[in-house]
Amino acid sequence: MSQSPASLPFIDALREASNLRLPGSGLAWLDAARRENLEAFIAAGLPDTRAEAWKYTALRALGQRRFALGDADAATHPVDAHALTLPGMNGPRLVFVNGVFRANLSKLEGLPSGLTLQPLSKVLENDPEPLRFALSRHYRETADVFARLNAALAGDGVVLRVAAGARIAKPIHVCFVGTPAQADVAWHVRNVIELGEGAELDLVEHHLATAQHKHLGTLVSEIVVRDGAKLQHTLLQNAGEESTLIRRGSVHLGAKSHAMLHVLELGGALVRHDLHAELRGDDARFDTRGVFVLRGRQHVDTQLSINHQALNTASESIWRGVADERSRGVFRGAIVVAQGADGSDASLSNKNLLLSPLAEIDTKPELEIYADEVKAAHGATVGQLDERALFYLRSRGLPQAEARALLTAAFCRAVFTALPNDTLRDHFSDALLAHLPS
Amino acid sequence: MLKIENLHARVEGKDILKGLTLTVNPGEVHAIMGPNGAGKSTLGNVLSGRDGYEVTAGSVTFEGRDLLALEPEERAAAGVFLAFQYPVEIPGVNNTYFLRAALNAQRKQRGEAELDSMQFLKLVREKLKIMQISDELLHRAVNEGFSGGEKKRNEIFQMAVLEPKLAILDETDSGLDIDALKQVAQGVNALRSPDRAFLVITHYQRLLDYIEPDFVHVLADGRIVESGDKTLALKLEEHGYAWVKERDPALANGAHA
Repeated sequence: MSQSPASLPFIDALREASNLRLPGSGLAWLDAARRENLEAFIAAGLPDTRAEAWKYTALRALGQRRFALGDADAATHPVDAHALTLPGMNGPRLVFVNGVFRANLSKLEGLPSGLTLQPLSKVLENDPEPLRFALSRHYRETADVFARLNAALAGDGVVLRVAAGARIAKPIHVCFVGTPAQADVAWHVRNVIELGEGAELDLVEHHLATAQHKHLGTLVSEIVVRDGAKLQHTLLQNAGEESTLIRRGSVHLGAKSHAMLHVLELGGALVRHDLHAELRGDDARFDTRGVFVLRGRQHVDTQLSINHQALNTASESIWRGVADERSRGVFRGAIVVAQGADGSDASLSNKNLLLSPLAEIDTKPELEIYADEVKAAHGATVGQLDERALFYLRSRGLPQAEARALLTAAFCRAVFTALPNDTLRDHFSDALLAHLPS
Repeated sequence: MLKIENLHARVEGKDILKGLTLTVNPGEVHAIMGPNGAGKSTLGNVLSGRDGYEVTAGSVTFEGRDLLALEPEERAAAGVFLAFQYPVEIPGVNNTYFLRAALNAQRKQRGEAELDSMQFLKLVREKLKIMQISDELLHRAVNEGFSGGEKKRNEIFQMAVLEPKLAILDETDSGLDIDALKQVAQGVNALRSPDRAFLVITHYQRLLDYIEPDFVHVLADGRIVESGDKTLALKLEEHGYAWVKERDPALANGAHA
């Protein structure tokens, strides 16, 4: 099923990885977990497109590349802090440059009570024990090969806890910055996020580049939303146009909890986003809204899986994709309603727009239902801009490119009407328009 | 202003316009009447530059420029406006935002300064007096969920804001009840000026009770077969289009009327 691991430059570059000094190195349980994950990754190699999870995303070219195990200058690259700001965001901020925490760019003073927010590198130095369970996980699925690599090599990330009942008013801004280095670097970030019972949090995850680079970033986020807690998670992915970004998120939802995720994917040459949600408590709710807008030869693959495991759980997923030029978008949305999860209500809609005859979008909604009295709906479409609308706009004086951008932005914007932060919503809209050829 | 000479056009391989000649001067209102299939809408679409209409012979000049060589947006910037028979719904695009973008795109093409949002708002308020249209419609998506009458009024409102030199009304009366028809006609009449010409394409005479034309032309089988003043419209109303055929034996054979 795999390319022969030994011959791959990607794997070969990992030979020395077991000797790396990472934050937390020397902790017996962490060393063991890292070593096992590394060995498992090297032994298995990279999956090819015969593996269902990688059917539409070939890793052949990635396998031929050699990434440096780290960036020695990550802690010192000059980065303009103003470039990291997002409109309407003035709360706590955590910044990582090429995967390494940067205190000088972050704002962690005066955190509200009930919020614990630290970089993983610091937690591993000071008090690693509470993370033992989270960091000792093994990933066995083929879909999760990069989570395995991440578990082997991640030394930094976000450790965030909201105490039970605490409502954190200001959004937390987590910023991942890619910046050119001596070589193409692979960085790995592990985020551990937990909202206690009845807690509320607004989290904005932001990926961007200061200049073009070809790094590989992997992120693994484990998010736990306990009973009655509410999470707003917003992702603005504007990573470097030539970078590779592989993210895996898992969200566990307790009874009467609610998580809402907004995603705007604009950047990256090769991007993979796996998101698994488990609705474990009765009346839990998980909503997602996502858009990708692709151009050039960008390849973005989103794999969404939502598991309804308890009574009266609900999920609504609205995703849209736009592919221009020679880009390719992949969307898989799988909803499982487990036995006994009666009264669940799940809907999934994925609409896509092809702007060029050379672009491609593959969409695959899946629905598996093992419970009774379930409401479930799903639909997927791939289409083109409405020629009549295009002519209507042009007949009023809008040049062709502007008319196309206007219609495309309108197609995408519909997804973000529920974004609670108006300023951020406008920023999304501007970022979208800026990404469209005009 | 507009000079159409011996225009031939085809749609999907079928000849629709077969030698249409027409001259329109500033300030004039020309009505084009004709039976279904005569080529009325094709004329509007060819003049505004819609895809899928192939001009096989003849010429169209607008203020001395070759209109057919221009892109639709260039025609708009040059001052040609088409009020659609079926205005298109555009979900997600705000009506006011769209209109400002359109006006500024035209101004930019003409080398004029763009209007900022305050200036634009002032212009909109002014034009709202001409065309009764509710604020609420301005804030909705373009034509989305509008009634038939609201859509047509929105077309005329757009025309008021864009201030074209030549307005082509493509069966603007179709699907309107008498009140809506009067409102639309009122809007059009308010925009009549010595510098602005209108080409009113219609199947029925009733619109011309409210928009009084200077000239009436009968279009049949892709050509103008009769021209006259407004009394021609009344004659047509009385006798029907069959009357035109009787007067023109050439049409009686093989006409697509």
